Amino acid sequence: MTDQTTQMIQSTIDENSVVLFMKGSKEMPQCGFSSAVVNALAYLEVDFKDVNVLEDGELRDGIKVFSDWPTIPQLYVKGEFVGGCDIVKEMFESGELTDYLKEKQIPHKNS
Amino acid sequence: MAMEQSEIERLIKASLPDAEVEIIDLAGDNNHFSAHVTSSTFEGKTRIQQHKMVYDALGDKMGGILHALALKTSIKKD
Repeated sequence: MTDQTTQMIQSTIDENSVVLFMKGSKEMPQCGFSSAVVNALAYLEVDFKDVNVLEDGELRDGIKVFSDWPTIPQLYVKGEFVGGCDIVKEMFESGELTDYLKEKQIPHKNS
Repeated sequence: MAMEQSEIERLIKASLPDAEVEIIDLAGDNNHFSAHVTSSTFEGKTRIQQHKMVYDALGDKMGGILHALALKTSIKKD
C-alpha cells in the first residue's frame, strides 16, 4: 500500500468524527453489508462521511491492510476502528452502539 | 467462486481446536454463509479480536473466494 493511500485514510479518519469505508455511497450502497451499516447509522441519525472504496482499487485493498480487517464495510469513530457489518449490527441490536456514540460524544438520535 | 461449508469448519477448527462451529448456507450457493463460533480462547478478547481470530483461521479465503460470512462469536464457558 502506498504512503499516499495510508495518508489519505489517516487524514480522512482524523478529519471526520464518523467515517464509513463502504461499497457505494450512503445514497446508493452497492452491497448488502454496506447498506446494513448505512441503515443503522441513518436510524440513529448519525452524520457520517462515506468513502466509496469501489472508486479506488488501491484504497479498496489498502483499507484492509490499514485496519488488518479483511472485509468492507469498515466503520471508524474518532479515528478508531469500530468493526465491520457483523460487529456494528450486533452493537446496534444490543444498544451498545448508542452507548458507544454517547461515550465518544457523537451527536445521534435522543442525544 | 465458492467454498465448501465443511472446509470453512475444518479451517476454523484447525486454528481453534475447541471451537464449536455452526454454519448456515444463507443463499444455498456456497458463497453466503453465517457462522456462529464458540471457543474458550475468546475469553478476555474484544469482539474485534475474536472475529480477527476467525478471519485469521480462514486466511486469504476471507474476502477472497469466501465472499460473505456473517460472523458471530461467543465465549465457551466450561
